[in-house]
Amino acid sequence: MMSSTSPSIELVGSVRSESEVLFGDLQLAVKANQWTCLLGSSGIGKSTILRLIAGLPTHVKLDGSIKSNDHLPISNRVSYMAQNDLLIPWATISDNVSLGNKLRGEKFSSEKKLKIIEKVGLMDHKKKYPFQLSGGQRQRAALARTLMENTPIVLLDEPFGSLDSNTREEMIDLTFESLKGKTVLFVTHDPHEAARLCESIYILGRQKTASNNCLKPPFPKTYSDKLVFDLQYSLLEKIKSNRS
Amino acid sequence: MKAIIYIVCTFLSIFFFWELAVRLANPPPYILPTPHSVLVSFKENSMLIYEHSLVTIVEILIGLTIGIILGMITALTLEIFVTARLILRPLLIFSQSIPVFAIAPLLTLWLGYGILSKVVMAILIIYFPVTSAFHDGLSQTPKQYLDLAKTMRGTNRRNLLYLKIPHSIPSLCSGIKLASVYAPIGAVIGEWVGSSQGLGYLMILANGRVKTDLMFASLFTLGILSISLFGLISYLLQISLSKYLKA
Repeated sequence: MMSSTSPSIELVGSVRSESEVLFGDLQLAVKANQWTCLLGSSGIGKSTILRLIAGLPTHVKLDGSIKSNDHLPISNRVSYMAQNDLLIPWATISDNVSLGNKLRGEKFSSEKKLKIIEKVGLMDHKKKYPFQLSGGQRQRAALARTLMENTPIVLLDEPFGSLDSNTREEMIDLTFESLKGKTVLFVTHDPHEAARLCESIYILGRQKTASNNCLKPPFPKTYSDKLVFDLQYSLLEKIKSNRS
Repeated sequence: MKAIIYIVCTFLSIFFFWELAVRLANPPPYILPTPHSVLVSFKENSMLIYEHSLVTIVEILIGLTIGIILGMITALTLEIFVTARLILRPLLIFSQSIPVFAIAPLLTLWLGYGILSKVVMAILIIYFPVTSAFHDGLSQTPKQYLDLAKTMRGTNRRNLLYLKIPHSIPSLCSGIKLASVYAPIGAVIGEWVGSSQGLGYLMILANGRVKTDLMFASLFTLGILSISLFGLISYLLQISLSKYLKA
């Protein structure tokens, strides 16, 4: 049904709101089949870029273009996962996972859904409501919903931001593993996560957006990898210098 | 359970002090009867009160049903059609600036002394709270959900059905509960202005014949009816919609 090969995406141009220029000269290349990171301090407008790519309403205007290498529209093959799990409180976990299918009015295989729920480890919780789950479990449910959408492009807006460190570790591994083969754009303010997961890293700044050196595959790197710490340090320095 | 005991004790002590005050001050019984004589009058006229109560209950239930349905339809229309929002909303708000009491005589003039004018009165008084509560709920569906639905390419109709309406159910329930308190007021106002049956009519009748004890008996019946209706509706909403109502 949906094109199985993941496209690469290129965003070129300047982004401005009514009162100010957010990003003067933006050139992002989100490559296919890998994780690309947008790194920057809070409030700089990282999420706004995700919204532009997802075709959601924003308060800004893009002078430029967002294109995919296969020249097909982008916003209709995107799924979105945020820090807030966005689970529907009145629906069971199982119903939340297939929300997209329901909203499109399309049939789906419940076998596939069960497989996904099993993959994220929520089999025992599938009939529960979101409020009965812990933060980590809820985020797993959000991941299951994203996997059920099975779109070639996945936009992640700090999906690990609200998790405690143990849960975060599990969640990072699970997410990375299950989104293999997709074009992933990952927004975070955490240089450590960026260094561990991403093959391209952009540091967003008001004046310039710089592409940065990254580690070599394979990904994900382990938490304690020394190279991750070195890169994390240099990224942190650049974020600081970008802000001033 | 504790709450019920508190309420019962409060009422018992009110009745006790009322009885005490009347016995001490000894006003003429047509000014203020004792709770005891109200109770006696209630027993003596129980058949009469029962018959008139039935009329009022029917008016309330029909008015409530139609008013809630009309309110819900209006709220959905306001949510779906931008033009309707622009035209209807100012009109609705303007209509609320006219006291319903003021048009009760008109309704009697147009619709007669029968049950219809009371039903319409009840509808008029509950229509706005239901519309307003339901529409607030619909239009306050968190933007994040709607954004998610957009990335999922959900249709407007399905977004309404699966996101906006479920999200607005708690507000709709508040509206309906409010309506269940207002509906008896509407019906009784209608009966006051012109009727030959109903609790409102009985009150006016008793008042006119200086049967103040019967007047109080009718008043308490109306109060108990209203509270029971509110309790029943709250309970029904709670058990049938519990999954939408919990946090």
